[in-house]
Amino acid sequence: MPITRRAALGASLAALAAPALSRAQGAARLLVIGGGFGGASAARFARTQYPELQVTLVEPLTRFVTCPYGNLLLGGYRQIGDITHSYDGLRAAGIRILHDWAEGIDAAGKRVRLRGGETLAYDKLILSPGIAIRYGALPGYDEAAAQALPHAWVPGDGSQTLLLRRQLEAMEDGGVVGISIPANPFRCPPGPYERISMIAAYLKRHKPRSKVLALDAKDAFSKQGLFQDGWKALYGDMVEWVPASKDGKVARVDPAAKVFETEFGERHRLAVGNVIPPQSAARIVLDSGLAAQTGWAEVDPRTLASRAAPDIHIIGDANNGAPMPKSGYIANSTAKQAVASAVAALRGEAPPEAVYFNTCYSHVGDDYGISIVGIFRPGPNGFVEVPNSGGVSPRGDLPEQRRLEAIHADTWYASITRDMFG
Amino acid sequence: MIPSRSLAAALVAGGLLAMPAQAAGPAPLAAQGCLGCHGPNGAGLASGARLAGRDAQELATLLRDYRADRRPGTIMNRIARGYTEDEIAAVAAYFAAIR
Repeated sequence: MPITRRAALGASLAALAAPALSRAQGAARLLVIGGGFGGASAARFARTQYPELQVTLVEPLTRFVTCPYGNLLLGGYRQIGDITHSYDGLRAAGIRILHDWAEGIDAAGKRVRLRGGETLAYDKLILSPGIAIRYGALPGYDEAAAQALPHAWVPGDGSQTLLLRRQLEAMEDGGVVGISIPANPFRCPPGPYERISMIAAYLKRHKPRSKVLALDAKDAFSKQGLFQDGWKALYGDMVEWVPASKDGKVARVDPAAKVFETEFGERHRLAVGNVIPPQSAARIVLDSGLAAQTGWAEVDPRTLASRAAPDIHIIGDANNGAPMPKSGYIANSTAKQAVASAVAALRGEAPPEAVYFNTCYSHVGDDYGISIVGIFRPGPNGFVEVPNSGGVSPRGDLPEQRRLEAIHADTWYASITRDMFG
Repeated sequence: MIPSRSLAAALVAGGLLAMPAQAAGPAPLAAQGCLGCHGPNGAGLASGARLAGRDAQELATLLRDYRADRRPGTIMNRIARGYTEDEIAAVAAYFAAIR
């Protein structure tokens, strides 16, 4: 799209005047680790908006499977190809892409070591590695257990999401699908509840005597009233959600027997068990000394720069962005501010004013959508939601609102993945 | 491995120091938030309305009307309430200038 692209780049014409010079003599080096919602957004934004930068993206996988819309795959409304994205567009934009693991960061020396043996020097690093599952934090749930009780929360190459889907397809009608939901904070706060909805949608169509039993370590959750209204309207008594105060917290799982055992000893035998496990920032954040005691990285709310290493901007789910959610949209939004702040620092300028934007749509049914909106700014002690803004969809019998939000959710998916991958 | 260059050399060679100050924000960050639903450069996509090339006054009035609940919306009312008058003006001017 040459016309619109030129318009977007219009402000950077001065830089465009000498791209050959900057290539030949060595442009400032922006290194991005992680090719998901944060990292892909950062790399593409940097490359298109600051063409003088030399942008390298390190990502182990050759294709990206999104977490968003994974639940629609479980519901039978999407196929894996619909939620899988190639890095070809980023490569075509002039980003150097290395499909390798970043093994270690030397923050003082500003170098990253790759598993393949290469070492990359950077002027600024954008670190967007996502989350790690804290195997062992929930007794009985280790890496091997994830083959019997899939998490489907870190899609990787998509195999976890597909495994859960196959288990749902294989179960007999009349069984119980158990979902174990962790305490805050975790990736995608409304995600477990959209998953309940989409699994119920599948069961209602194909296995109507079955039910979903959601066991929660919390007493309240994102868009709760809207979800519960929707479950009642669409799925009747097929969905049972048990809060922590009613013994909903899963204390132990038995992968061989497919049993979830709660805090007070109740044993739920399941046809299919989905464990959404406790999480932390990804391994590289912990190993590089960039995480706080909480397991998440503390960052400057204006620039996303690490509190532990100022030339490393940590974006996406790996940082402690509360009260911002760990969402794809926030990863995309913070990616742009992080890049703009990194460039400003290289120029010796102040970072631009920050405003972060989030919308999370959830499908309660195929054509029944709800949303939460949040606008956030830096405050003296972290991120602050703009008062009297954002919030959730209105409650009540509003079929047109629900229908439109399901359509807008699809638009969001199409638009934001274009913004990430071109 | 490439030996580490001095930052100043990299900046000069990269043209960063030569760029005018107004290029620091390629698009207002507030406008970047719109692109998650309104298509590349605000060109519109599916149910995400086109923003690019529309009159700045029209866009600013729409946002102010959403913000004040003078105009019904599915989610735009909740969004518009998060932005200042200056940001609304900057977002409107940015999309109006895209041809």
